[in-house]
Amino acid sequence: MQNYASEDRYIKELDPKKHEIALSTEDLHVFYGTSEAIHGVSLPFERFKITALIGASGSGKSTYLRSLNRMNDNIEGTRVDGKIMYRDIDINGKGVNVYEMRKHIGMVFQRPNPFSKSIYDNITFAPKRNGIKNKKVLDELVETTLKQAALWDQVKDQLDQSALALSGGQQQRLCIARAIAMKPDILLLDEPASALDPISTSTVEDTLLSLKDHYTIIIVTHNMQQAGRISDYTAFFHLGNVLEYDITSNVFQRPKIQATEDYVSGRFG
Amino acid sequence: MDSKKWDKIATGVLYFIAGVMILILAFLLIFILWNGLPHVSWHFLTSPAKSFQSGGGIGIQLFNSFYLLILSMLISIPISIGAGIYLSEYAKKNWLTNLVRTSIDILSSLPSIVVGLFGFLVFSISAGLGFSILSGALALTVFNLPLLTRNVEESLRSISGSQREAGLALGLSKWETVLKIIIPEALPGIITGMILGAGRVFGEAAALIYTAGQSAPPLDFTNWNPFYIASPLNPLRPAETLAVHIWKINSEGIMPDASQVSAGASAVLIIAVLIFNFGARYVGNHIYRKMTGTK
Repeated sequence: MQNYASEDRYIKELDPKKHEIALSTEDLHVFYGTSEAIHGVSLPFERFKITALIGASGSGKSTYLRSLNRMNDNIEGTRVDGKIMYRDIDINGKGVNVYEMRKHIGMVFQRPNPFSKSIYDNITFAPKRNGIKNKKVLDELVETTLKQAALWDQVKDQLDQSALALSGGQQQRLCIARAIAMKPDILLLDEPASALDPISTSTVEDTLLSLKDHYTIIIVTHNMQQAGRISDYTAFFHLGNVLEYDITSNVFQRPKIQATEDYVSGRFG
Repeated sequence: MDSKKWDKIATGVLYFIAGVMILILAFLLIFILWNGLPHVSWHFLTSPAKSFQSGGGIGIQLFNSFYLLILSMLISIPISIGAGIYLSEYAKKNWLTNLVRTSIDILSSLPSIVVGLFGFLVFSISAGLGFSILSGALALTVFNLPLLTRNVEESLRSISGSQREAGLALGLSKWETVLKIIIPEALPGIITGMILGAGRVFGEAAALIYTAGQSAPPLDFTNWNPFYIASPLNPLRPAETLAVHIWKINSEGIMPDASQVSAGASAVLIIAVLIFNFGARYVGNHIYRKMTGTK
């Protein structure tokens, strides 16, 4: 891999008057023990848009994503410095109720991880823990979220069956339905389609596009075609830095940075 | 020689070793059951033992074995589940938890006669419980707790970390995630371990000789008040179990039919342990299928 100057960057500024910012980070650093995995990343994420985080393996895009709802808290020896601004609150601060925050910032993981419960219980489990007891409300929630995740037609007659009996693509869409059942503002997705076959992948992509009207989506992806197809903004990660952040068509067609151009044209990665 | 040939030889050797193992086990089982089963009857299973005449049964010993088992599991299951959850989900990786784990491993390899003498010293003498079911149950807890704890810890650990992340990402607290997601998924493994532990406890003799005692005073099965001295439920009465009974008959039995009683009791013990083992597999599989919906 060629060495690129990390000073050579282009980060598009979003004018807060024209673009509503749902989430942003300011100078975010992530340390695993003594090694620094993210070297100060500042990015804005516009509301009701899809932002893709791309970059080679080990570029830090997943690490960055996982710090946004503080999933890195659970890994021993991890430290996250800097600000994560959500509704004028720094959610990386000390007094923040992390569990409450995660109800607003949901996450879907690389490997589908449904609970070994029924399809119905997978979706209603967390809402029930939050005090929704009315059966009618829960039934409706299951139907709307499964419809939003484009899974309803396939599973509506087997809601009481185990989620583990579903195919990988169906499981992943169930995980999306489960995440949006909490009615989060922001949905973080960590390579949600990388373990899926092409047909399931395209269904998941369609699902995300239809969710864009109600959710702010930040997605890590290895697949550049996928980033190009579904995202509005793209951030290019390289060795723990964001070298370029711009609207997606610019990143792919007229990259301003040499490293981005080399990556999107497949010269490394 | 080429690798194909070697492969065949190695496979053959492994088959041979496995075959020898199975043959030994089958021989033991058939030998014990063949000798013992003819002496097992309803009368044998229900009547009290006799010290000097023939025709005694194992009724009280059988009851004692089950009562002791239940009592010791009542003590050890909650402790082992708590300890297992702590070790698997909450304990940080440092020298202290390493020490705890090492201690548990050492404890689990203690010879049971040592556990018995420890129980005699601590529970029977120092705590003043004497030869009693309670002393025995506590000694069995010491004997069984390390293995149960390790089992709970391993069962929880075998649940993928992605399940924990799924719970946390939905805004559930760590405790809710552990209690409502991780433990239910680990339940088949935990229960299997508990039942196997029960089988181990049921067949244990050495740890009980000096704690639960070697005598089986007659019980009054009409009075279930736990404070009455001859009540079956009284936890402070001495209680010889089946396994201890077998050991005792063979070392100092003077009844004319000692060898028959011993053979019959051994057969009953073996059958009970087998039921525990097969039951563990059946229950574990059943819960797993029920929870995952696989057939």
